[in-house]
Amino acid sequence: MSAAQATVAARPRRRSEVSERRLAAYLVSPSLIVIAIVAAYPICYAIWLSLHQYSLIHPGLSRWVGLGNYRDAVTSSEFWSATKITFIFTVISVFLELVIGLGMALLMHAAFRGRAVLRAVVLVPWAVLTVGTAMMWKTIFDADLGFANQVLQALHLPGGHTVWLGQNGYAMAVMIFADVWKTAPFMALLLLAGLQVIPDDVYEAAKVDGATAWQRFTTITLPLLRPAILVALIFRTLDALRIFDLPFVLTQGSNGTTTLSLYAYQQLTQNRLIGPGSALAVLTFVIVMAVSFLYIRLVGGNIRALADET
Amino acid sequence: MSTEAVAQPAGRTRTRAKARAKVGKGPGRGGQVLLWLGVILTIVFCLFPFYWMINTSLKTGAELSTGHLFPHHPSVDNYTSIFKNSDFTTALKTSAIVAGGSTIIALTIGSFAAYALARLRFKFKFLILAIILSTTTFPPIAIAAPLFKIWTSNSIFGYHLYNTYPGLILPFLTFVLPLTIYILTSFFQEIPKDLEEAALVDGATRFQAFRKVVVPLAAPGLVTAGLLAFIFAWNEFLLSITLTSSANRRPVSAAIAFFTGSQQFEIPLGTIAAATVTITVPLIALVIIFQKRIVAGLTAGAVKG
Repeated sequence: MSAAQATVAARPRRRSEVSERRLAAYLVSPSLIVIAIVAAYPICYAIWLSLHQYSLIHPGLSRWVGLGNYRDAVTSSEFWSATKITFIFTVISVFLELVIGLGMALLMHAAFRGRAVLRAVVLVPWAVLTVGTAMMWKTIFDADLGFANQVLQALHLPGGHTVWLGQNGYAMAVMIFADVWKTAPFMALLLLAGLQVIPDDVYEAAKVDGATAWQRFTTITLPLLRPAILVALIFRTLDALRIFDLPFVLTQGSNGTTTLSLYAYQQLTQNRLIGPGSALAVLTFVIVMAVSFLYIRLVGGNIRALADET
Repeated sequence: MSTEAVAQPAGRTRTRAKARAKVGKGPGRGGQVLLWLGVILTIVFCLFPFYWMINTSLKTGAELSTGHLFPHHPSVDNYTSIFKNSDFTTALKTSAIVAGGSTIIALTIGSFAAYALARLRFKFKFLILAIILSTTTFPPIAIAAPLFKIWTSNSIFGYHLYNTYPGLILPFLTFVLPLTIYILTSFFQEIPKDLEEAALVDGATRFQAFRKVVVPLAAPGLVTAGLLAFIFAWNEFLLSITLTSSANRRPVSAAIAFFTGSQQFEIPLGTIAAATVTITVPLIALVIIFQKRIVAGLTAGAVKG
């Protein structure tokens, strides 16, 4: 937006509401246009694509099939298996991230020398390239040469010959482990921010009243941390539901790790099924949106607060 | 104006920390042991895998398949080989251009939108904010699929976007722009209104007040948003592999996934580790230098409401 336009908008000497509104329109529209082009339009186009069947032999030839692709998707066992895998991954990894993240947050909040070092260290997993970490876990959990099995063997623990990425359940466990490593620290930082705004006098009062540490944790920390926990859960849940890079690199979706995003991607690129693949992409979108609406109903006040604060 | 946002001045945090230290949580000896045990566990948990990657990157040949905690014959061969590999160096350049480009665009137009959202009164504000934020929930697959079709089959003014820089920069904005707007909105809300009002009284236009007063004051916020936007764009994977086809337009995240060994099932462990370390070290350095800024950005708004 040029300054000239803005000047026009602000010409009336006293800032009238009209000029303020016009300036707002100028300022917001570039972002809205970009979002319309790169997000809204593609989604609409994906819906359009999902209602057609495309010829593999004659490129460009297509036929309207209505909801046919969706019917095929929801009646296929692959779709439900991908949905189940996605939700199992999401629920377990987000739960573990919350528990571990909360533990880390409490540690970082405690007063001790060198706390700043801990806070810096925690940022490292977050900064490592996701694809790179996936590659790394793949080698660490390699059945023959991987470090995980070597440690188990050296310590004479059972499971030293597990083919981690080669069987159902174990492959999922590795995927969850890799995700928890990468994102529990992120969760911890969000929760730490929540801990920092709880006033100390509340704890003092509770102490005076003779509350034990555990009582203080369950009756003060957890309830007052609720908003931060909810926000952290939203961020992580929506990310986990869209997981793609970890299964893509770790297993290519074999052994029970084909998530929704990966399944849609395989249909689209490897099998060149544009119609059914788009239907799967749209279904993934609908599922993520449904979950985020559920969450927003829980914490809608947060966004509204941001909007109303002016 | 929110006074309890996370992005508070460092001074206040320090006083609070001091106050807390004085009050003392009073953990007994057992508590102390538990605390330090937790600290050590956390440090090992966070750092060991990355250490392992460095360790692997310094091993070559047969030693790669050993579990040695230190390379017995450390060598920088893997590093020299990746820098001789033009696919890798090109990918670095591509990532810098694509992540940098989307960050600059997002900061520019995002700061306009964020200012309006933080300061001006207008209709549909909640709706607009909701639309912008909801795009962050879009699964990349739902955008990658149609864009692949559009980028490959349609040309825009005779220009095909498939396998080009703009063909990646534009879709990256779907997640970089909302993130920027979200962070900047909460930063702009922290800036006292009086300064702008004074500028307005002195005859500045709203836009001048924004450019000359608000933007300089929001510089830390811009740094935060820019860093996070850059890191997220640098990490992007699905769009990167879907919308590019050749090594000369593949960002690093995609390039690493396409590293292949001489045999089909052989993973070139050493070089992958070296490549990952190479592209991660600058990020870790940035993150540690700008630690406070990044934490403020990641947690912006997280404790409101």
